[in-house]
Parts: sequence; C-alpha cells; structure tokens
Amino acid sequence: METLLKLLKQNSRLSNAQLAAMTGTTENEVAAKIEELENSGIIKGYSVILDEDKADKDVVTAIIELKVTPQADVGFDEISRKIVAYEEVTSLTLMSGGYDLAVTVTCADLKEVALFVSQKLSAIEGILSTTTHFILKRYKEKGFLISEGETDEREFVSP
Amino acid sequence: MDYNKILSDKIKNIKPSGIRKFFDIAAQTEGVISLGVGEPDFPTPWSVRKVAIDTIERKRTVYTANPGLIELRKTICDRLDKKMGLKYDTDEVIVTVGGSEAIDLAIRAIIDPGDEVLVVEPSFVCYAPITELSGGVVVPLETSADTDFKLTAETLRSKITDKTKMLILPYPNNPTGGIMTKEELMPIAEVLRDTNIVVLSDEIYSELTYGGETHTSIAQLDGMKERTIIVNGFSKAYAMTGWRLGYVTGPKPIIEQMLKLHQYAIMSSPTISQYAGIEAIKHCDEEITKMVKEYDARRRLIVKEFNRMGLTCFEPKGAFYVFPCIKSTGLSSEEFCARLVEEYKVAIVPGNAFGNSGEGYVRVSYAYSINHILEALKRIEAFLKSLENGK
Repeated sequence: METLLKLLKQNSRLSNAQLAAMTGTTENEVAAKIEELENSGIIKGYSVILDEDKADKDVVTAIIELKVTPQADVGFDEISRKIVAYEEVTSLTLMSGGYDLAVTVTCADLKEVALFVSQKLSAIEGILSTTTHFILKRYKEKGFLISEGETDEREFVSP
Repeated sequence: MDYNKILSDKIKNIKPSGIRKFFDIAAQTEGVISLGVGEPDFPTPWSVRKVAIDTIERKRTVYTANPGLIELRKTICDRLDKKMGLKYDTDEVIVTVGGSEAIDLAIRAIIDPGDEVLVVEPSFVCYAPITELSGGVVVPLETSADTDFKLTAETLRSKITDKTKMLILPYPNNPTGGIMTKEELMPIAEVLRDTNIVVLSDEIYSELTYGGETHTSIAQLDGMKERTIIVNGFSKAYAMTGWRLGYVTGPKPIIEQMLKLHQYAIMSSPTISQYAGIEAIKHCDEEITKMVKEYDARRRLIVKEFNRMGLTCFEPKGAFYVFPCIKSTGLSSEEFCARLVEEYKVAIVPGNAFGNSGEGYVRVSYAYSINHILEALKRIEAFLKSLENGK
C-alpha cells in the first residue's frame, strides 16, 4: 500500500495495469486497494500540478499567516471551518511556531487578495492579526519542479 | 605532419564505441529524451558527499598508498566476506579508477600476443579493445534470448582451445540485464576447474538484482577463487559514477603484477573518493535497498509495456537495463535506433553495439524517473504504430 501511494503521488494517471506491474500484483487487486483507500478517506481526490504562470497569467497566490484566539472546547477547529468555506482558500494548515494558521489563497489579482483579507478574513471573530505574503515564483510543488531548474546533467558518455 | 604515419597501428585499428555514434546524434537533435545512459539517476548518498567535503576540509588531499587506503581495502575485504563469504587479504585488493581501470589491469596482466580471450556477448564494450591492445584475440561467446542471455557450459566448452587464457564473465549483464545464479554458474565452473583459464568476473552491477535474486560470484564456487579476478566498484551500487572508484581482488601473484601497472599508470586512485568509499560501504546499505526498490518498480513497468507493444522482452533480473527484441519491426538495431531518435526523438542504444549477438535487440536504460520513462515509452509506441501503418 505504501508503494502504491508513492507511485500515485508521482503520477496518479498510471493505469491499474501499470500499477499492478510495478507492485507485482494484479489489476483487480490494485483496483480494490485504490477503492479501499478512497473509501477510507486516505485518498481525498486527484488533481493536477500546474505551472500557474504558464496556465493562467492572471492569478495571484498569497500565503497569509494568522494569529488567532483558540476557543474553548473547539480550539482552532471552529475558526478553521469558517475559513475553509471561502472558495479562494486553496489550503489551510495549523502551524507550530510564531503564528497559528497558514491560509493559502488564489485570486485573480492583488486587489482581490486585499479584499479577501480586509473584508472576509477580518470579519471572522477571533483573528488577532494577519500577515500576507505574496508568492513571487514557484520552484517546486508536490515534488515536481515548476521552474526550469534542475536538468539531467548526465552526459552522453561512452562506452 | 603525417599523423597517420606516427600513430600506432594498434590504436588506429580500434573501432570507436558503437554507443558513441548514437549519443552524438542524440546530443545534436533538439528535444531528444534519452533512455540511453548507463549511470544511476539518483544522487550519491548525502553522507558520502559529506565525508568527501570533510576530507577536503581536513586537507586530506595527498596521494594514498598505491593500492589504496588500507582502511578502504579492509572495508572492501570485510564486505566481500560478509556478502559472499570470500576471504581476501588487503594485499589482494587494488583500489582502482572505476571498474574500467580494473578491467584494463586484469587483461593486461594476463594476456600476451596470440592469447585467446573468451568474451561473453552481448556485453560492455571495453573488453575487446583492451584485449586487442595486448595483442590478444577476442573469441566471442554468443548468448541469446532463448537462455535469457546466460552463458552455457556447451558454448564455453566449444570455444576453449589450448590458446585460451581468460574468460570474461560479465554478470549481472550490461546490456541485457541477465544474471547467472549459483546453479547456473556451477556447470561453468566445472568446465574451468581443471584448466589454466583465468576468469575475469565483472561484477559491477552485483548490488542491483531483483525478483528475490541475489548475486553469486563464480569465485564462491569450489576451486574457483584461485582462478578468478573480481572487478567491482562504487559507481552503480552507490550512484558514484563521477567519483571514479572501483576495485579488483584476486590471487596475490596476479594482483602483484597488476599493482605494477596501476602504480606506473595511475599512482593511486583519487584520495577524496577513497575516503568517501569507506563511508559508502560502511553506512549505505539502506540507500542501496531504497534505490533497488525504485529500480525494480520501473523495471517491472518497462518490461510489461514493451511486451504489450509487441517488442518481446525477457525479464531481466539485474543491472538497470532491459533488452527488448525489435526483430518484429523488420528493421536492424541500428536502423531502429536511428529512426527512433530522428523521427520520435528517443535515444536508446542498438544491441549490436555490444556484440553481433545483440543484433535484433536494443538496450533501454531505466535509470530514469517513472514519468520520464512513460513519456519515452509513449513516443516509442507511436513510432511502432507509424512503422505498422507504413507497411
């Protein structure tokens, strides 16, 4: 199962036949395993890794650090539930260290990010402060190189 | 100046490597992706790189003893003992500049003009030219897909003459990926045991075996250690190709003579690499396991895909190559590779570059990421479709 997930992370479009070959099992077993992983909620979905700059030039992504007041009984969960409801939010994680929540938002432009912070985020009770960082360039995402960076440096040598 | 007159006839008569030609085409064509190279795509384990950095910082940048650092030779001896139960003394080991130098030393130490060298084919391309430089005569031992490119006792016996001095036994094999198990080596040993033939066992891929197989050296079999020279190294097992580090072990009288060559031609192998090599052997078994696991998944994928496309491919159990048969296309190996690189921009190596018995096959390396391999396979499949439509 560990190997199967590792392979799917590298390329979730591998066919069941290919996955079966690589893991030394049968197509049926692979199909059953994947279904089990989906049903148990280990696999949440399948997505695509884009070079956003190439795909759509009019997208701005920001990571917003939030300091919040945890609420009794529910801790950070209640406030998180409100934040994830916004469709601009592409990821939300609870952090250790200097701040509490890291919100990633993707918007059409700078202004939209500004509006999101000033109107939507600030309207949520319990948020003490926000620090917004704009993403300037992506080098690597989910293990994939985004900018032209590392190339195969192996030269054609003989023998 | 008439260089043709001053150059040695021996060196002029050596054919350039058949791999070279295709790599030149590949290097000059835009957008080519390769399944051609013969080196790991993994980085050298970090701890090994760290030791090299420390070595430089500590100014350990002088020559070592000619045969190599004593600690490295001890480590190599321990490894051979632990892995295969082979006991060598440190003065039966020379640390060389890659496996390549070890092969060169071994052949030159044994071969006089007119001596015959049996070379299993298809195989790595350096054995024949080095033999010829010593005035030796190469006698190919052709293997075929019918026997998974293993050497059989019959083939061996049929080529032995009273001039036979050496057998070159390159398993796990480049380019076929074939291996020889202990049971398969036994009849070979049986043929050799009462002769004066020396075995040069090129075991550079010994750590890379799959499907539950582990490597056996012919030197492990009864009566064989005294007539076997083992060549091995760090390049393939530890992803250390650029460090140029290998070693050779064998009977002391042979190693002593090889050491003369090594000290005059090389002095000593790179010091920094030698310190790094100690770390590799001592602490990188887990890294090997990880790499082997990754190679294995790719190997299974690529074998399956070639068979699905109709290019029959026996299951290789070693190294990181597959050797599919392309005879069904009606093309020669060279035509196939030339058209594939020109029309569909995938660089692979024609099987006949590794000996005549490789004709009808191509060498495909899986020392590449799965996504890279999939893209290359897609292009190869499109090429095969275009051939079918053109018929």
